[in-house]
Amino acid sequence: MSDEVPKPSQSESEGKIQHSEFASSISSQELLVQVESEHTLTSVNEIIIQNAKAYLLQQSPITNLNLYDHLSQVLTKVLDERPDNAVDIIEDISKKVKRSQFSKKMDTLRDEYENSMAYGLAEVQKSLFVKTVETEEGAAADHEEEVADTPLPNVMEMAYYFEQAGIGLSSDEMYRIFLALKQLVEAHPLQKCRFWGKILGINGNYIIAEVDFREGEEDAEELGEEEDAEGKEDDKEDFDRTEEEETEEPEDKPPESTYKPPPVIPKEENRSGTNRYTYFVCSEPAKPWVKLPPVTPAQITVARKIKKFFTGNLDAPVISYPPFPGNEMSYLRAQIARISAGSQISPLGFYQFGDEEEEEEEGSVRDNYEENPEFEGIATAELLDTMANWVHHTQHILPQGRCVWFNPVQKKEEDFEEEEEEEEREAPDEPEPEVGPPLLTPLSEDAEVNNIPPWAVKPSSILIPQYASALVRSNLWPGAYTFAIGKKFENVYFGWGHKYSPENYSPSSAPPVQAEYASGPDITEVDDPTVEEEQALRAALEERLAAAEEAEEEEEEEEEEDDDDN
Amino acid sequence: MQAEYLHQYLPLVASTGLVLSPEQRATLQVSLEIVKKNYKFSRVYFWGKILGLTADYFIVMGVETDELRGRKSLYSLNCMDWKLLPPATDEMIERSMRVKGRFMGDPSHEYDTISVKKNEEEMASLELKVKEEERLTATIEQINREAAIVPRGAFIKTPLEQIHKNRSFGGLSVTEAGKLQSYLHFTEPVILKKKSQLLQANLEDSVDFLNSLEDDELKVFWSLQYERGSKLVILQNLLWLGFIFFHVPETSQHGSIYMGLGERNIDFPFMI
Repeated sequence: MSDEVPKPSQSESEGKIQHSEFASSISSQELLVQVESEHTLTSVNEIIIQNAKAYLLQQSPITNLNLYDHLSQVLTKVLDERPDNAVDIIEDISKKVKRSQFSKKMDTLRDEYENSMAYGLAEVQKSLFVKTVETEEGAAADHEEEVADTPLPNVMEMAYYFEQAGIGLSSDEMYRIFLALKQLVEAHPLQKCRFWGKILGINGNYIIAEVDFREGEEDAEELGEEEDAEGKEDDKEDFDRTEEEETEEPEDKPPESTYKPPPVIPKEENRSGTNRYTYFVCSEPAKPWVKLPPVTPAQITVARKIKKFFTGNLDAPVISYPPFPGNEMSYLRAQIARISAGSQISPLGFYQFGDEEEEEEEGSVRDNYEENPEFEGIATAELLDTMANWVHHTQHILPQGRCVWFNPVQKKEEDFEEEEEEEEREAPDEPEPEVGPPLLTPLSEDAEVNNIPPWAVKPSSILIPQYASALVRSNLWPGAYTFAIGKKFENVYFGWGHKYSPENYSPSSAPPVQAEYASGPDITEVDDPTVEEEQALRAALEERLAAAEEAEEEEEEEEEEDDDDN
Repeated sequence: MQAEYLHQYLPLVASTGLVLSPEQRATLQVSLEIVKKNYKFSRVYFWGKILGLTADYFIVMGVETDELRGRKSLYSLNCMDWKLLPPATDEMIERSMRVKGRFMGDPSHEYDTISVKKNEEEMASLELKVKEEERLTATIEQINREAAIVPRGAFIKTPLEQIHKNRSFGGLSVTEAGKLQSYLHFTEPVILKKKSQLLQANLEDSVDFLNSLEDDELKVFWSLQYERGSKLVILQNLLWLGFIFFHVPETSQHGSIYMGLGERNIDFPFMI
């Protein structure tokens, strides 16, 4: 060791280090100890130099390099290559030297890990781009079906019009959604299919398709599910009910016990009212489509009272007050129903009512509309001009949570003739029927909320009005957009799924404390009588007794007198 | 986001459904160049769009030298004519916070707000008028303070205390991009918390001069999602619905945009 010492210290004073010196760097820590008196440097300076060198030789734990060696390599490189203006590019040279020190092992590890997520998604989405191969028999027929009457909407055309107005997703995302809808159409027997929109969530988003099954097909699927559900319900109801209860419609009548829960308002039948369409949801194109269950009025009424973000996970619980009956899947369905009812519009005349032969009964609501084959389109200028040229084509949801009012108080064996009598009687429990605006009302009839008009309409282009389309934005449901140009129109929703209100949301308060039992004289507490009262009472009693005795004595005397007389 | 890259970056932030129409994009491309020359900006950023009832505001930010402090905002109704907005003072912000409801779309509109001032003895209610322009600039300032973020390492502080773009920013790695602590609030730092020695070893003065998102007391304001597998990271602010920040990991592409109503989400605590 003592032989090696003079060399490093000599080269320090010269300012040059050869590669062979590297071996000695291992013993650098011992340099501190050895001090040669041969040199002209004073011992104090020597110690300072040794300290500085020791610091420079510290190895960085991240890269296993130390500054001393790095600087020596950089200077060697500069001296070997002799570039121009070395002082200006010294940092780059330093970086290059460092990079050449990198060990490749770390690189490959990182690469493998990084690709996994994108690769996984790409694998899943690959299925979108595969053209299904048909067998020879069905090939011709299916091909025709594919090309001609397909329920698949032309999503890209709609995307183009929306983009002109400043709405939409990026074009490749739209195309992937298009392909995903195509997969949906091929998997289920559908009559109509539409891209409803996208609802954003905290951890994931939902892509929603609005779908109308072919007549009869959906019922087959639904029956299986309903039978299971009803079977369970029936068992429960039998358990609660007494034998006297009629068994006709177990879902309508509450069980007869002293406690009468508020009657459950039944959900609307499929293909009518709030359940007019079925909805499928997926989180990304190519992921499996999940069918959302039909919505119940209870879910809609509670959804009106709460405001919660969607998380992106359909099974997540919705924790709120009032407690939401269901998980995120039902909350999503309820919000979709509310948004559809509030913001799906079309130009006046596109839809018309069907047969008008039947008279309108009181309280019945028209819920059938069909496309008007003679619709000729409304000029954009007129669409922009007044909201009377636009109509709602989805039914308004009543406060009850349904589109058609359901009378929860139902007496047994109701006849039509008796109804009038019952109404006249005006039973206190009879709720008033709720009425909403009829179908196909123009938007100009929509009420203003907080002095804000509920709709805002603008042209898609200011500079080129000849080909501009009209875009309507809903102010009540920010995120609901509709465009119309000529004979084409479409609704879409891109947003978080909540209604707009300038006032802040305040949760409903808890109901008042319920009375346990009716108050009556035998239960109500009365103060104990005081001493004076008791004495007075006793005195009064004694008086009465005394009076009674006197009266008896008098009677006896009278009887005796009578006897005496006789 | 930078105006030069508007065309490329817009599809990346389109996941909320609001984009710019081709007409607006074309107009912006032309008018932003003119703005840059007129106001002598070194870089122009397209800040976003605030939807009003009758018209929408397009907002643009220009930067002279210091990226953080030397910012000026301009607004326009048609992407062509730009007007400079006055810088927002705290008093302006306080007054605009009282205005509720949508932006009207008319810059000269005046809102009537009633402010109740509590002196020591009495309460006096004043009717204040807030102009829409003031509300606009106050909202922009608030969003910048609360929502604007940048990836760690994208901006550096020079020894002269100026904040510049970091030319050697190579992007965050995929795992780093998934952590909230890799993002910093792009606004004057409030208090840089004293971190333990262990964590301080990894900090660099030139890079970590801003508050990290991890230091926020409530990290729930942000929703972080990976799009396209891991090729794109999107952060959405839940307090200011409509604010999107995007970053492509392993590249230096990042940017943010606000497309929304311009109102703070006061119902946030109930919605989470």
